[in-house]
Amino acid sequence: MNKCIERLYNGLIKENPTLVLTLGMCPTLAVTTSAINGIGMGLSSTVVLVLSNLIISLLRKVIPDGVRMPAFIVIVASFVTMVQFLMQGFLPSLYDSLGIYIPLIVVNCIILGRAESYASKNPAIPSVFDGLGMGLGFTAAITILGAVRELIGGGTILSTGSSALVDFSTMGYTPASIFILAPGAFFVLAMCVALMNRIKRKHGMKQAEVPDYIGDDKETALDGAETN
Amino acid sequence: MSLLVIAISAALVNNVVLSQFLGLCPFLGVSKKINTAAGMGGAVIGVISISSIICSLIYDFILTPLDLTYLNTIVFILVIATLVQFVEMVLKKCMPPLYEALGVYLPLITTNCAVLGIALTNVQNSYNLIESFVSGLGTAIGFTIAIVIIAGIRERIEDNDVPESFKGMPIVLLTAGLMSIAFFGFSGIF
Repeated sequence: MNKCIERLYNGLIKENPTLVLTLGMCPTLAVTTSAINGIGMGLSSTVVLVLSNLIISLLRKVIPDGVRMPAFIVIVASFVTMVQFLMQGFLPSLYDSLGIYIPLIVVNCIILGRAESYASKNPAIPSVFDGLGMGLGFTAAITILGAVRELIGGGTILSTGSSALVDFSTMGYTPASIFILAPGAFFVLAMCVALMNRIKRKHGMKQAEVPDYIGDDKETALDGAETN
Repeated sequence: MSLLVIAISAALVNNVVLSQFLGLCPFLGVSKKINTAAGMGGAVIGVISISSIICSLIYDFILTPLDLTYLNTIVFILVIATLVQFVEMVLKKCMPPLYEALGVYLPLITTNCAVLGIALTNVQNSYNLIESFVSGLGTAIGFTIAIVIIAGIRERIEDNDVPESFKGMPIVLLTAGLMSIAFFGFSGIF
C-alpha cells in the first residue's frame, strides 16, 4: 500500500510530468485555453495512461524486447481510439473543442515514457498507481494553466462556453485576449516553471532543465563525422 | 494557386510549432545549436513529405473502400513508425553520408506529434494526394524555419545574464512566445 501512495506522490509532486519533467508539451500548451478543456484533456490522458500501464505491465513478460515499442504504441492507440469515440458520443462539445489533440494523445511522450520506464518493469498494481499519479499530476498542471489563461484572457472562471461560474468581463474587466492565443500559452507556462524553479531553489533542489535529446557527446561525434 | 495558398499557410500563417503547438518536443529538445537544429529540420522535411503521401494513399485506397476510417489513428502511427525505420535502413545502405548527418534525428521523429498531426489534419480537410503532399512539405518547412530561428536565439542567450529562476526552460518558452507574436504578422496575408 505504501508503494502505491509513494507512486501517487511521485506523479503529482516529485516528478510532475508537466512542471518538473517538462514532458507532453503539445497538449499542455494547445488545449489550455480554458480550465474545462484542461480537465477534459487531463482526465482522458489519465484514463489512457492507467489502462495502457495496466495492460503493458500484465503483458511485460509476453512482449519480445525487439518489438516492444510498436507493441506499446498499438496498445496506447487502441485505448485512445476508444476514448475518442466515447467522448464523441457522450461529450460532443468537449470533443469539438479538443479536436485533433484527442487522437494525438497517442504520441504524448508521458504515456510512452511511463510504459517504457515503469510499466514494462513493474507488477500491475504499482503500475496502475504510477499511471494514476502521473495522469493526475498532468491534469492538475494543465488545469491550473487553463484556469490562469482563462481568467486573464477571457475574464471568466470555469466557463463552459455558454455560462460561467464567475464572469469578470461583465463587471468592467477588459480581457487580454492574447492570453487565449498561442503566445499566452508560452508566457503562462514560462511563469509557472520559473515559479517552480524559485520554490525548488529555496528548498535546495535542482531546477528544471530543458530536455536535450542530442547529448553533448553525440553532438561532438556528429561534428567529427561532418569534418571527416 | 490554391496549392501555393496551402503551402504558405502551412509554413507561415499556421506555423506548426508556434501556432498549433505540434512538434514542441524536438523544438525544445534539439534546438541548442544551429547545425543540429538544421539537421533535425532536414530529417523532418523528408519524413513528413513521404509520410503525408503514404498516409493519404492508404486512407483513400485502403481505409475508405473497406469502411475502416475509424482506425486511422492506429494505422497512421504504425505506418509512420515503420516508415521511419525503413528510411533509416535505406539511408544507411544507400547514402551513408546523409545517414551520418541525419541518423541521430530519425528515431526521435516517430514520437514527433507533427508527423501524425499532419496526416490527421490532411484527412480532416479532405485534401487529395497532391494537396496532402504540399501541406506536409509546407508544414515541415515551417518547422525548420522555427527551430533554426530559436536555435540561433538560444546560442546568443547563453552569453546573457538571465535571472536565476528563468534559466533553462522558462527563458526558452518566453522566447518562443515572442516568436509566436512575430508570426502573427503573417496572419493578414490572405
